[in-house]
Amino acid sequence: MSHEVMHHPGINLGPAHGEANEIAKTMLFGFWAFLMSDAILFGMVFASYVTSVHATAGGPGPKDLYNIRSAFIETLLLLASSFTFGMASLALKYKHSKTRLVQWLLVTLLLGMAFLGFEVHDFLTMIAKGGTPERSGFISAFFDLVPLHGLHVTGGCIWLICLIGQMARYGIDTQVKLGVLRLALFWHFLDIVWIAIFTIVYLGGLA
Amino acid sequence: MIDQTHDTESAAARQRGWRREFRSYAWGVGLALVLTLVPFALVNWGVMARKALFITIGAFALVQMIVHFRFFLHIGFHQKREDLQLILFSTLLLFLMVAGTIWIMASLAGRMAVPMHMPPAYP
Repeated sequence: MSHEVMHHPGINLGPAHGEANEIAKTMLFGFWAFLMSDAILFGMVFASYVTSVHATAGGPGPKDLYNIRSAFIETLLLLASSFTFGMASLALKYKHSKTRLVQWLLVTLLLGMAFLGFEVHDFLTMIAKGGTPERSGFISAFFDLVPLHGLHVTGGCIWLICLIGQMARYGIDTQVKLGVLRLALFWHFLDIVWIAIFTIVYLGGLA
Repeated sequence: MIDQTHDTESAAARQRGWRREFRSYAWGVGLALVLTLVPFALVNWGVMARKALFITIGAFALVQMIVHFRFFLHIGFHQKREDLQLILFSTLLLFLMVAGTIWIMASLAGRMAVPMHMPPAYP
C-alpha cells in the first residue's frame, strides 16, 4: 500500500482493469464530492437534533425510548456489512469469480436488510411507547435524523439489487465495476454516519 | 488486459496484493470493533461520571471515524492532493455550520430563559 499511488478514494482497481480504471479517476472524485455534500446535510440534521434533544415537552425522553441492546446489534450488523462489502471490492479488484463477488454482495445485502429490520422494529417500539413524531420537538428531530440514515441504507440496498441484476444481464463490464466502486464508497460512508448516530443519539441519550 | 508473458508472475503478485489488502480490512474491522465495544460497555455499565463519559465516547467515535476512513475508504497521505483537500474543506464547513448552529441555538435558549435541562411542561 505504501508505494501504490491512490487515484481516488476507496479500492483502486489498478491498470489490469483498463478502461474502468481510467474512468474511475474522475468519476469517483465526482461521487466523493456528492458524498461530502451529503455529509453536510447529515451534519445540519445532527445540529437540529442536538439543539432539540431537551425539548421533550413533558413527553418521553431518550431514556424512555431508546434500547441500547438494539442499537448495539444494529451497529455490529452495519460494521459486518462494511467488511463484507470490502471483501466484494477485493473480489472485483483481484478478478475472483463472478460467483464469489455476487456471494459477498448478497451477504452485504442481507446484513443491510437485517439492519433495516431491527431499525424499523425500534421505531415501532418507540411509537408504541407514545414516542410519535408529533409528540415533541425532540421526537420530531429524532425521526428526522435516524430514518434519514435508514432511507440512505434502503437506497443502498435497492442499488445493490440493481447491480446484481446488471451483473446477471451484462456480466462484469465497465459500468458494473464503476457501480460497485461507487456503491462501496456510499456504503462505507453510511457506516461512518452511523458512528455519529450511535454515539450522539443512542449513547449520548442513554449516558 | 493482462500481458500473457507476465501472467504467472503477476498471478503471484496479485495473490500478495490480495493478502495485503485483506489484512488491511481485517485490521480495520478489528479496530472498529474494539472502538465500538468500549463506549457501549462504558454506557451500559455506567462506570464513569457523566461529563467524562461524554468526552470519552466522543473521542472513541472520532478515532473510529478515522479508522473507517483509513481502512475502508483508503484515505491517507499517499492520496492525490485534491481528495484530501476536499475532505478537509468539507470537514471545516461541517464544523463551522454544526458548531455555529448549536452555539447560536443554545445561546438563544439561554436568553429566552428556557432552561436547556428542564423544559417547561406544556399542557
